[in-house]
Amino acid sequence: MSDTMQPAQPEPEIQSTSPLREMVSMFMRNYAAVAGLVLLIAIVLFVFVGPLIHRTDPFEMVWAPFTFPGQEGFLLGTDYLGRDILAAMMVGGQVSMAIGLAAALVSVIIGVTVGAFAGYYGGVIEELLMRFTEFFQVLPTLLFSMVIVALFGASLLTVTLAIGVVSWTAVARVTRSEFLRIRELEYVAAARSGSARDLYLIFKVILPNALPPIVVQANLMVGSAILFEAALSFLGLSDPNVMSWGQVIGSNRPYILDAGFAVAIPGFAIFLTVLAISLVGDGLNDALNPKLRQR
Amino acid sequence: MGLGQILAKRVGYGLVLLIAVLILNFTLITVAPGDVADSIAGDMGGADATVMAEIRERYGLDKPFLLQLWAYVSKVAFLDLGYSYFYNTPVTTLILEKLPATLLLVFSSQILAITVGTLLGVMAARKPNGFVSMCVTFLSLFGFAAPVFWSGILLIIAFVSIFPIFPVGGMSSAIMEGGFFARAVDIAYHLFLPMVTLASIYLALYSRLTRASMLEVLGSDYVRTARAKGLAENKVFYKHALKNSLGPLVTVAGLQFSAVMSGAVVVEAVFNWPGLGTLALQSILARDTPTIMGILFFSSFVVIIVNIVTDIVLRLIDPRIRSS
Repeated sequence: MSDTMQPAQPEPEIQSTSPLREMVSMFMRNYAAVAGLVLLIAIVLFVFVGPLIHRTDPFEMVWAPFTFPGQEGFLLGTDYLGRDILAAMMVGGQVSMAIGLAAALVSVIIGVTVGAFAGYYGGVIEELLMRFTEFFQVLPTLLFSMVIVALFGASLLTVTLAIGVVSWTAVARVTRSEFLRIRELEYVAAARSGSARDLYLIFKVILPNALPPIVVQANLMVGSAILFEAALSFLGLSDPNVMSWGQVIGSNRPYILDAGFAVAIPGFAIFLTVLAISLVGDGLNDALNPKLRQR
Repeated sequence: MGLGQILAKRVGYGLVLLIAVLILNFTLITVAPGDVADSIAGDMGGADATVMAEIRERYGLDKPFLLQLWAYVSKVAFLDLGYSYFYNTPVTTLILEKLPATLLLVFSSQILAITVGTLLGVMAARKPNGFVSMCVTFLSLFGFAAPVFWSGILLIIAFVSIFPIFPVGGMSSAIMEGGFFARAVDIAYHLFLPMVTLASIYLALYSRLTRASMLEVLGSDYVRTARAKGLAENKVFYKHALKNSLGPLVTVAGLQFSAVMSGAVVVEAVFNWPGLGTLALQSILARDTPTIMGILFFSSFVVIIVNIVTDIVLRLIDPRIRSS
């Protein structure tokens, strides 16, 4: 009780100097980013916990086709085969998100490797690797992945790889420019003078410090991979035996004029998810690059 | 370096890229399971080993990889992209037939996106915290997150289903009378919705970009000088600041072009627009490999040309790049 008797003193905040804590607090001050995070959590819960509550097989015909949302107890209506769209949204969301994450991972692995080696070694290696990157930028991404899926068959694996293989160029550019900057810094020189090997320098010394912009880019990659998968499914180039948001859109597409909702609803789900991801990405970007925030 | 030299260098590099596209194409076809003989045999309802071998010999599939690759590249050099088994037409003819429709869609949507995007960006930069600025921020989020086909479908639902003002798809009315002018109007009428759909994504991007680069330019010394000498605010904005903030816009528009070609594929599918994208989709469903590969080659070709043009335009509008 003696505390109350003491004169008010500014409390020393030692913990707040921790970089992670600072980052979190900066993220939390960004209302749009927090809203995005809340939305994202809500979508993840809907997609992964929802099927435990709403136990309907998304492939099973449960009612007359094209039941309008809200009628006959179907919150989101039924599709052209009379299948429950709500169930398809939940189960399909799992696949869309999984493909988005996996494809983003593939593109980050390729992009970071190419960018890291180009930025670290410079010279001829950099020239060659960046020309290689430019080459991939010339290929129209969607057409190229359509070709891959067409040639190697539409399975979850080929779709994921096809998306990852065409979308790594942005990651490579970001990684390269970070490496170009960091490799000149003193702690890298110090590590090098301690006769550290190249691979150690690349992955243990420079990469951890180059991560912030890569994380932001990777986050955006997840969003664009989800969009990509949806576009491929919309064109009918996805595994027909796997339910995904894009798959629902693609299969209901011929009936747009009769039942637009069957296409509009999954499209809206994709829109919300990608929106949430990019809001979180913007917030991460601001929190990880405090310098940018002052603009 | 003179402009001519740079142009020559860029064209040379473009040719290298094109050859790389061909090599990639050919490697993909070779590595993929199943070949031309398989698909021909499939169409015939099965064939025995000797017939298969005969087919492979006729198409040169029994030769070593590098020889086949050489044959392919040298054929393409004379614009011979092979023969479409599905359409019974040379692939080059097929593509040249569909290319104008795609180019019309792509360029008209880019012009729309760049004009309106720049305008919105400038308006937003005038009041960085104003209403237009807010709209631009919102629009750029929407533009990134909304799937192309979804916005297209929403437009169809709105303007074909609910308010039937526009045709649901295609490029021209079935029965066409009248002269050139009437046909142009008819095509423009069909073009409107696909164009707006494809433009919407890039509209968002360009408006945000213009806003950002205008705000940056407006802080520079020469703008302060222009203001200090008492120039009208409009003149400062549109003559001094805008001109200098166009650089990033042109750069990004050039870089985005291959993405625009990809977007066009989806938009064409939504609106049944008879261009390269629709052709690509049909030939993929028909397993018509020569056509698919031809389309990939031609689209890359268009992207490379656009990149070269962008480079030249950048040098023309910005003296700082020209001298370096």
